[in-house]
Amino acid sequence: MAKSKEKIMEIVFLLAACVSILAVALICVFLFANGIPAMKKIGFADFLLGTTWKPGNDIYGIFPMILGSIYVTVGAIIIGVPIGLLTAVFLAWYCPEKIYKVVKPAVELLAGIPSVVYGFFGMVMIVPAIRYNFGGTGSSILAASILLGIMILPTIIGVSESAIRAVPGSYYEGSLALGATHERSVFRAVLPAAKSGIFAGIILGVGRAIGETMAVIMVAGNQARVPKGILKGVRTLTANIVMEMGYAEGLHREALIATGVVLFVFILIINLAFSIIKMRSEKE
Amino acid sequence: MANKMMIDDLNLYYGQFHALKDISLNIQEKEITAFIGPSGCGKSTLLKSLNRMNDLVEGCKITGQVTLDGTDIYRDLDVNLLRKRVGMVFQKPNPFPMSIYDNVAYGPRTHGIRSKAKLDQIVEEALRGAAIWDELKDRLKKSALGLSGGQQQRLCIARALAVKPEVLLMDEPTSALDPISTIKIEELAQELKKDYTIVMVTHNMQQATRISDKTVFFLLGEIIEAGKTDELFSMPKDKRTEDYITGRFG
Repeated sequence: MAKSKEKIMEIVFLLAACVSILAVALICVFLFANGIPAMKKIGFADFLLGTTWKPGNDIYGIFPMILGSIYVTVGAIIIGVPIGLLTAVFLAWYCPEKIYKVVKPAVELLAGIPSVVYGFFGMVMIVPAIRYNFGGTGSSILAASILLGIMILPTIIGVSESAIRAVPGSYYEGSLALGATHERSVFRAVLPAAKSGIFAGIILGVGRAIGETMAVIMVAGNQARVPKGILKGVRTLTANIVMEMGYAEGLHREALIATGVVLFVFILIINLAFSIIKMRSEKE
Repeated sequence: MANKMMIDDLNLYYGQFHALKDISLNIQEKEITAFIGPSGCGKSTLLKSLNRMNDLVEGCKITGQVTLDGTDIYRDLDVNLLRKRVGMVFQKPNPFPMSIYDNVAYGPRTHGIRSKAKLDQIVEEALRGAAIWDELKDRLKKSALGLSGGQQQRLCIARALAVKPEVLLMDEPTSALDPISTIKIEELAQELKKDYTIVMVTHNMQQATRISDKTVFFLLGEIIEAGKTDELFSMPKDKRTEDYITGRFG
């Protein structure tokens, strides 16, 4: 009796696990089954490297959007990583208990804010600030980078802080015992030891930045052309799909799904890099 | 022999706990002084007071005086300079997760040495000093974490030697090692005392008799007896010392 009950529960657990695997599998099948034929129809090179996106004329080149996604992601990294990393160091090694109790929940709260709210903040604060200081419309690579840089902070801070905390205290003590200052011990002995964990945090941040949609649409301008400077508007892969999916049909619709395939491949690469780094850090 | 470090009427508290009581002791130059006693007797605590590693412990309060060549280390000496002059080897080998070379060069680089030639020379000297040069000279660029426990500990000794300390504190340096590695470290300590003043905490009384010149016996935060190692072990003056070294407790 008890035996068969156990068996049943085992099947229930298995089914639960299967749901998520099935979801991933279905998404893959849907994306590739719809996207790859579209790419073929357009021509792989014309699709991936074409710099013109004119659905009205059946010209589908997503190179500007690929560049756009890369630009805003790199921008987010440039802004988010130094701030996030230094915050993590502060939280782990400098922060007095009292301040920690305020900063830590605040950072966690940052992670919970819906992206549309970020977008709104970007629209009313960042975009006008850029317009006022640098001219142009303000909706630009710079605006999207700043906003995404803020949005990836919680990921980078959280993962880096736990990586830094996981470094054995003996490294810090060993460094102090050689006559090194607190700063040097933290930055030269502890931080290098947390390197792979910190990289993992950065990669997760990249994943978040490249996949972000709503907030980016609200501040990036969304022009489907190769941008000529960080103050120019830009359209990302995600924005491309969301903005046109509502009315697209035929090849246009399929081209948008193919855009999703490209995005999916990006995310796959990022996840792969993440697992490799994690594996390597566990081996150490 | 001259007194290298002098401890005068030292009292140490961890919060309410009175961990060291009225400690007065002279550490003599170019000798090995062994601290023995049961766990929790304060021997490691006193060792850490000598390079101020106790500063890291929250709620630690110290009264009294410790001097290095006559200079008060708690009042008149920069703590980082103190730790450069009074090096330390820990109980568990703690090489940094970097190459063997970078481990040894860490200290000199900390103290401002940048020249590659100079660093090369210091690294070689330090590794030779720790009697591990021949084993490691062909793998200086390899990670220090790939070494055996005994090699790691000798690397840590080399790392400490690379900043050219005057005193070397060793906190049970062989307790995590196998017997052969232990012997190597003991022989090394014998060799090192020609140039350095060594203070070693040990759980192992045979080790104290084998290598130390002076032995200090601690119990419950007090020094019960201190003296020449052979005298202390052959003719202990205090009943408690005798009980401990004959294995009646501890």
